[in-house]
Amino acid sequence: MVLERNLMKGNEALAEAAIRAGCRGFFGYPITPQTELSAYMAKKMAKAGGVFLQAESEIAAINMVLGAAASGVRAMTSSSSPGVSLKAEGISYMAGSDLPCVIINVQRGGPGLGGIQPSQADYWQATRAMGHGDFHILVYAPCSVQEMVDMVSKAFDTADKYRMPAMILADGLLGQMMEPVTFPEIKAKQPEKPWAANGHGGKRNHNIINSLYLKPEVLQKSVLERFERYEKVKMEESDAESYLADDAEIVVVAYGATARVAKSAVNSARAAGIKAGLLRPKTLWPFPEKQLKEACKNAKAVLCVEMSMGQMVDDVKLALSCSKPVHFFGRTGGVVPKPSEILEEIKKIGGAR
Amino acid sequence: MAVVFQRPKSLLDVPTHYCPGCTHGIIHRLICEVIDEMGIEGDTIGVCPVGCSVMAYDYFGCDMIEAPHGRAPAVATGVKRTNPDKFVFTYQGDGDLAAIGTAETVHSATRGENIVVIFVNNTTYGMTGGQMAPTTLPGQVTQTTPFGRDPKVQGYPIRVCEMLSTLDGVALAQRVAVDSVPHIREAKKAIRKAFENQRDKKGFSIVEVLSTCPTNWGLSPVEALERLRKDMIPYYPLGVYKDKGDGKND
Repeated sequence: MVLERNLMKGNEALAEAAIRAGCRGFFGYPITPQTELSAYMAKKMAKAGGVFLQAESEIAAINMVLGAAASGVRAMTSSSSPGVSLKAEGISYMAGSDLPCVIINVQRGGPGLGGIQPSQADYWQATRAMGHGDFHILVYAPCSVQEMVDMVSKAFDTADKYRMPAMILADGLLGQMMEPVTFPEIKAKQPEKPWAANGHGGKRNHNIINSLYLKPEVLQKSVLERFERYEKVKMEESDAESYLADDAEIVVVAYGATARVAKSAVNSARAAGIKAGLLRPKTLWPFPEKQLKEACKNAKAVLCVEMSMGQMVDDVKLALSCSKPVHFFGRTGGVVPKPSEILEEIKKIGGAR
Repeated sequence: MAVVFQRPKSLLDVPTHYCPGCTHGIIHRLICEVIDEMGIEGDTIGVCPVGCSVMAYDYFGCDMIEAPHGRAPAVATGVKRTNPDKFVFTYQGDGDLAAIGTAETVHSATRGENIVVIFVNNTTYGMTGGQMAPTTLPGQVTQTTPFGRDPKVQGYPIRVCEMLSTLDGVALAQRVAVDSVPHIREAKKAIRKAFENQRDKKGFSIVEVLSTCPTNWGLSPVEALERLRKDMIPYYPLGVYKDKGDGKND
């Protein structure tokens, strides 16, 4: 079977991919630059037999996702940076209740109301502190419209597998751009969810979806159990693309839209006789430590490039245990780095001949 | 010997954390009697948010979800919209429903979400030790109004049923009390009507139950019931504020 290629905007492709992945509950609130996603869902979700609902707030939206997910339905919400902050409470409750879901963050500049241009300044929030308490969520970082499509399906599957929330950490550039995409074939079957609160029908004991444990030892036990699961996630789910890294003396580390700019800079550096390579994390949590170490085996220096003041660079340093010099180049507030700027940095940190 | 009175099947036989003399037990029982009579335990999902009801997931025999503070109507919306054939109810206190969850309450009501909301109004935040609630009466002493609630400073109490009765999505808004046998019988009828509304897809039904909190009011259970009658009912008159089925407010 030949799969159809479509020219689609990133935000719309995310929505279509979610419907095809079996998402049957989408709850959103308008915010630039992700609103096309909700608009697409409004048009298409009912036809797919699912629910689209515009919530009264980001807080209500994530709690509607909580309810749908608690009943065993694949559910999703999407927003952009300031809106994602409002969802933090619900995401923490979902993590504490072991509920799978997918959250889209089409990042824009911050802090505060910030701007509406692309940004990667929510890395710490997504990977370190997506709410109160000890927990992690899966964080995927697509760099093209096609990868957005592929990662939505992967995010739903992985979230279900480990019973934890997953996030697609995109940015305004990816959300707004149009590229050709091919959608994977629709999966026939989703995993059974015997834990779901969807009516026991007199056939089992009642199911309880809950994150409250008043006895410290019991709460500790539940957190420890979750962190054992996280160890498994770290072993099995970290992912990265390595580009010209085998013999690279300068390894650029970048994710999302920035990685595409960085790739151009790496190609220019190679053309100029500099042995540069790229490591592009596809999962930000778990961070692809092994892949990074492998990519940096011949590196003399590492350059981390982000649309922020330097957030992922912390993980790069941790993964390399300070065994290599790690430099940083960033643009923030909605400014996208230019290939020429990154090339300059590559030359500056020791690649110049 | 014939059994003339017993625990409803859907009210689990477990000790509760409620204080002695508190009326939560009566309200739980009324809900469970209705669930049993309608035979819907296996098709019902309850949503209990933060507050005194937070551990109610251990007491109701149906599937249960514990929601963040104030968010029960949003959680219930998520369950009900994706499971339209199931029964969904929330059980919320006054701080939860009328302060931190005001937006969720008003918007689930105006959308006409086909859910049942049981609203327990005892004029205080019970679980955290008796602070001022949005329903705390003028002059009422609480931990955070130690000199009595002064409307000039803390504003006025919210009359939830009156407020929600203006919304077209509301099928039933009724205030009841559980201070006497006739009132308890009335309360049960209202809860039954709310669940029947959901069965008949009529929309949002809220039953506000005037309740007591002897512990935080510093009163004996009997005195607390007297206060409910003397102070609360005059400010929060019992009655039907909206009933789409009565032919008057359709």
